[in-house]
Amino acid sequence: MGIEPLLKLKGIEKSFAAKVLDNVSFEIEPGEIVALLGENGAGKSTLMKIISGIYTADVGHISFENSTLILKGPKHAQKFGINIIHQELNIVKNRTVAQNIYLGREPKMSGFLGKLGFVNYRLMKSDTEKALALVNARQIDPNQQARLLTTAQLQLVEIARALSMDSKIILMDEPTSSLTEDQSDILIELIKKLKSDGIAVVFTTHRILEAFGIADRFVILRDGKLVSDVPAKSATYENVIEWMVGRPIQNLYPKTKVAIGPEVLRVEALSGGINKKSDFTVYKGEILGFGGLVGAGRSELMYLLLGVNRKKSGSIFLYDDEIRIKNINDAIRLGIGFVPEDRKNQSLILGQSVRFNVALAGLKQLFKKGLFISNNTIDRTTSEYIKKLSIRLHSSKQAVRSLSGGNQQKVVLAKWLLLQPSVLILDEPTRGVDVGAKAEIYQLLGELVSKGITIILISSDLPELIGLSDRIVVMSEGRIVKVLEQEEATPHQVMYYAGLNEKTAEVVNERNLQP
Amino acid sequence: MKVKKLINPFLQSAEAGAFLAVIILGIVLTTASPQFLTVSNLTFVARGFSFIAIASLGVGLVIITGGIDLSVGSIMGLSGVIAAFLSSHGFGTVLSLSGALLVGVIMGFLNGILVAKAKLAPFIVTLGMLSIGRGLVYVVTGGWPMQGLTKPILFLGQGFFLGLPLPVWIMIVLLIIMQIILRYTAFGWYVYSIGGNDEATRLSGVFVDRIKIGVYVISGFFASIGGIVLTARLGVGETTAGNGYELNVIAALVLGGVSLSGGMGSAVSALFGAALMGILRNGLVLLGVSSFWQQISIGTVIILAALFDQIRLKYSK
Repeated sequence: MGIEPLLKLKGIEKSFAAKVLDNVSFEIEPGEIVALLGENGAGKSTLMKIISGIYTADVGHISFENSTLILKGPKHAQKFGINIIHQELNIVKNRTVAQNIYLGREPKMSGFLGKLGFVNYRLMKSDTEKALALVNARQIDPNQQARLLTTAQLQLVEIARALSMDSKIILMDEPTSSLTEDQSDILIELIKKLKSDGIAVVFTTHRILEAFGIADRFVILRDGKLVSDVPAKSATYENVIEWMVGRPIQNLYPKTKVAIGPEVLRVEALSGGINKKSDFTVYKGEILGFGGLVGAGRSELMYLLLGVNRKKSGSIFLYDDEIRIKNINDAIRLGIGFVPEDRKNQSLILGQSVRFNVALAGLKQLFKKGLFISNNTIDRTTSEYIKKLSIRLHSSKQAVRSLSGGNQQKVVLAKWLLLQPSVLILDEPTRGVDVGAKAEIYQLLGELVSKGITIILISSDLPELIGLSDRIVVMSEGRIVKVLEQEEATPHQVMYYAGLNEKTAEVVNERNLQP
Repeated sequence: MKVKKLINPFLQSAEAGAFLAVIILGIVLTTASPQFLTVSNLTFVARGFSFIAIASLGVGLVIITGGIDLSVGSIMGLSGVIAAFLSSHGFGTVLSLSGALLVGVIMGFLNGILVAKAKLAPFIVTLGMLSIGRGLVYVVTGGWPMQGLTKPILFLGQGFFLGLPLPVWIMIVLLIIMQIILRYTAFGWYVYSIGGNDEATRLSGVFVDRIKIGVYVISGFFASIGGIVLTARLGVGETTAGNGYELNVIAALVLGGVSLSGGMGSAVSALFGAALMGILRNGLVLLGVSSFWQQISIGTVIILAALFDQIRLKYSK
């Protein structure tokens, strides 16, 4: 045992409504690079926030350089040299790079003027230059406005800020999630340089293969528990994925066998935004799943299909007829319904009543009699769907805001189902929905396909995706990389293909990491 | 418990505050001044606030979608002088009115296009239009009051029908139309929906931009009507007519319980708010309060109304 650990975590527990972290213990050595891995909701971010003083653990002990560490907040953590870089960068866009780096701790002028609060801009600029040099970013001008920089450059600015505070540990939450391949490479080089300077780095990432290239050690969380803490050399890609997703898949998915019918929707070479030449076909009675990492371009592909975002090229066929969709209204008229990912921001008018929300999309087609809308028809239809979907509420005049997540989602489903779509696109339909309501939604999807509705399901919940889908389209970096049949779809397979890109595919071949 | 049951329905509805305030103010003024509760006084009070109320109906629509329209005061002024200008050049009643209304519609349309399509901030666009509109007033009039309104137009502002001044009738008719639009048409639903959540409305297949343009056009149109009636009441096209009315209009709406963050409010809000301001002003005159202190009182009431609204929202949760 050569080196003394820098930071020791022992028995860390943290609960919000439910337990998020459960008895987590591990150590970080100086100059060590630790990859903190796990699925969404495994507790990675919470753990990072505890180490950086944003949250305090309910139970557990943290020691730093062999003495007990009780943090009062992130500022306090910075005094010990512990800095966090959030996924959403903490940059004031309309201030300069130097102003950002020294925000809240601007160097003051000497003497009386300094006491009055006058900032020593010259010193701030030269210190900023030094900090930027440490991250190999001399090309960034300290006096440049932050909004003119790229995301990658901003990331470097954040790291420079951390270094300017004499960091011993830098925590990075998904540092590469918004970077391109080349930009990631620069960041990875920088992390290695930090290591050689004796600074420890803890980072999270969804790109697991990338972690193989940098990390000394993997710490893997699943459902708030530490399931594995191993040197990177002794792990294989297969191991890591198994540790991450290893939970048994419950039989939540009452897959009623539906005979797959003729082709309903076909997409050919659809491109636009981050999406490149995507082809897929859905058949009647099918649930076509879309798997992939956050940012793989699944939602964006649907936006192109639905006319929410403008497509650059590609064709869409409905029942073998080419259709032109200029905006989502066209899609709706052709019988395509869409339940977006973000219920609160994209689906519901929270302050309005249940009946208002249920009727909104069908107002023009179903509830208009001449100039006016028929409140009677709306009332009748609304109560019919409230009953059908067993939405639990006191009254249909109740504000949607006051319903639980599961019931809110059922309101969104009702809104689309009353239009009797032939294709229903669902983007993360069970996010933030409790287990009971989840099961009901799964049941409902089963009923819908048996009625002949075709479903496209985007989900990051692997058991759900695999349990419900007849086939799974796996996307990575804007491309469709694989279509898995139900029999061959396993969490390993999905994660494996989701993590692929041109670069990592080479690593796979070299190290023979076939799933 | 009983008190709470009585108060609760009031806490739930946004117009309640203004309604309650109108009643209380009415009782106070009736006891304080014998002239207040007379038919002639109330008639003139109603005519006094009708111009603001008419413009408020349109701006209310804009505010419910989450926007704002600062240009209505200028549109009122411009429509008034256009009507006078056309009348004095012998265009006759119908053409004069149409021309004046068209000006309001065009300015509203420009507001709408710039907000919905060019994605400019409503505050900035309509602030610019405020200045443009007032400038055009001076261009048209050369700075002098415009004489020559036709008899029928003058009647719109000065006439009576069944004992009530015509501006009050116009206000009532427009109020009913607006209330019907908001409650019983798809357009009305979309207005609330956009104010509640723009993006979700768009993803529900609503042409959000068209609705937004629509509300600014209606706002311009209503401001035009208010401006014509106001000018007719004054008898001449005054260059300063409607000056600063946008603030009175917004104050009336806030007093009536329309939330400036959008999604909430009704046509009745506009009426109650305008009525409350009108009655307050009248009461202060009757009580012999100097006009300097009137300004201060009205400002205070606006802030109190906003405070009341915060408390109401807190308790109705």
